[in-house]
Amino acid sequence: MPETQHVSDGEEPNAGAEPHAEEDPHAEVHDQTPHPRFGPAGEEIRDLTPRERGRINRRELLKLAPVAVLGAFAIPSLQPPLLNTGLRFSDWTAEKLFGARRLEPTYSNSEVAPFDRFPYNYYDVLDPEVDLARWTLTVEGLVKRPGNYTLQQIQALPKVVQNTRHICVEGWDVVGNFGGVRGSDFLRWAGADLTARFVEFECADDYYESIDMATMLHPQTLFCYEMYGRPLDRGHGAPLGLRMPTKLGYKQAKYLVAIRVTNVLKNGMRGYWEDQGYDWYGGL
Amino acid sequence: MASNANVVETPKPPTITVANEHPFIVRLAHWLNAVAVVVLITSGLRIFRAFPSFGPKIPQQNFWVPPPGITLGGWLAGAIQWHFTFMWIFVGSGLMYVVYQIVSGHWRQVLFMPRDIPGVWPMVRHYFLFGKKPPVVAAYNPLQKLAYTSTVFFGVVSFLSGLVMYKPVQFWWLTAMLGGFRLARVWHFMAMCGFVAFIPGHLIMVALHGWNNFYSMITGWKRDPEYID
Repeated sequence: MPETQHVSDGEEPNAGAEPHAEEDPHAEVHDQTPHPRFGPAGEEIRDLTPRERGRINRRELLKLAPVAVLGAFAIPSLQPPLLNTGLRFSDWTAEKLFGARRLEPTYSNSEVAPFDRFPYNYYDVLDPEVDLARWTLTVEGLVKRPGNYTLQQIQALPKVVQNTRHICVEGWDVVGNFGGVRGSDFLRWAGADLTARFVEFECADDYYESIDMATMLHPQTLFCYEMYGRPLDRGHGAPLGLRMPTKLGYKQAKYLVAIRVTNVLKNGMRGYWEDQGYDWYGGL
Repeated sequence: MASNANVVETPKPPTITVANEHPFIVRLAHWLNAVAVVVLITSGLRIFRAFPSFGPKIPQQNFWVPPPGITLGGWLAGAIQWHFTFMWIFVGSGLMYVVYQIVSGHWRQVLFMPRDIPGVWPMVRHYFLFGKKPPVVAAYNPLQKLAYTSTVFFGVVSFLSGLVMYKPVQFWWLTAMLGGFRLARVWHFMAMCGFVAFIPGHLIMVALHGWNNFYSMITGWKRDPEYID
């Protein structure tokens, strides 16, 4: 193998350090491991028997097993659990990313969309015909003062008005003007256990929602009773709706009739759209 | 001399010269990314179908409504599930590739630099206008460098704009840097178009260069590489 010998001499880093004459003249011939050769871009080059090549190819193929694992996604019966895992992982990281005091930048009045360009969204009826005169908000669960609260009682709390962006899961967005009471103010006032994990919402149109306590207590989360300086109109959720710039549109429950502070979310009661496949966290 | 003669007479099977063209990390990243990018494009088009516009909701002016046949997920929520699952694989494999290229120093072979600009047109002329093949002087020719570097660029743009669409409030500073939520959707769509432009060209080149070349992206080792006599 004169050629290999020549190359190996060249590659040997300390070729000149030890005189070759003293070495066993057969040493290089007995050395079965060929010294590395390299292509123009640094590719390692080997001369392999078909058997060696087959072994290497099989080994390298096996190392790509993680790619084959993705094939599980092609099996229909495995898709729901796999995709659900992906969705829950996304929600888990989203919750970790959430800054409890990180504010959405608010917008100037000139950036607010005209009222007639703020879309109405509903899943069943635009107006569930709430009897506004008799309406009360039922507060229950882990609260010191459960009961039915009137709109006047809620409006007696400090009012916050802000221009924030509404983002729909479909991809559209609109900046609106919203007034109401901070969720944190209201929950403190009702004596809610602020260490509880979730808040559930029931709506007059049988829509239902639930959110994490951190979002409930976010400074920009409102129980909204005003839009554009006027009482919330029926299509936008009169008399009281959730307004959270840190959540997608489907989390903004309208026509609220009851809220419940809880540590447990029942499966199938996490939210109207969430129970059909949307992600529960829905955070922005 | 007897021992020497023995060694020479040992029957040696004919050998095959192979070159290790693609390190394991690159191959793994390539295939994970290849699957992920197809899932993300098709599910992304289904998501886009829910609001196929880049303007306001009222009045809505549709840009383009993707036909259902090229989409994945069946409906918006289904598509989001695919998108939110494979985005992790896409970003993970992309990061794995970029970090490996930086650490190994291989980026020098493949990163498109200003000095590569003059060499692009001769390669285009060769491939598409039957021009003479420019001499091979490096591991990747300027057009290859441009194509591969572009995919990394598209990946970075789709990652950053996707992050803005996913968490516009948590990454409000990035939202502002990309020009707002609506423009982020535009960048995301354009990055997708970049991938859509790259993939057919890439597949045609792979087909033209044959099985042996393709196989090296699977096992790493290319048989009888063209640069070895």
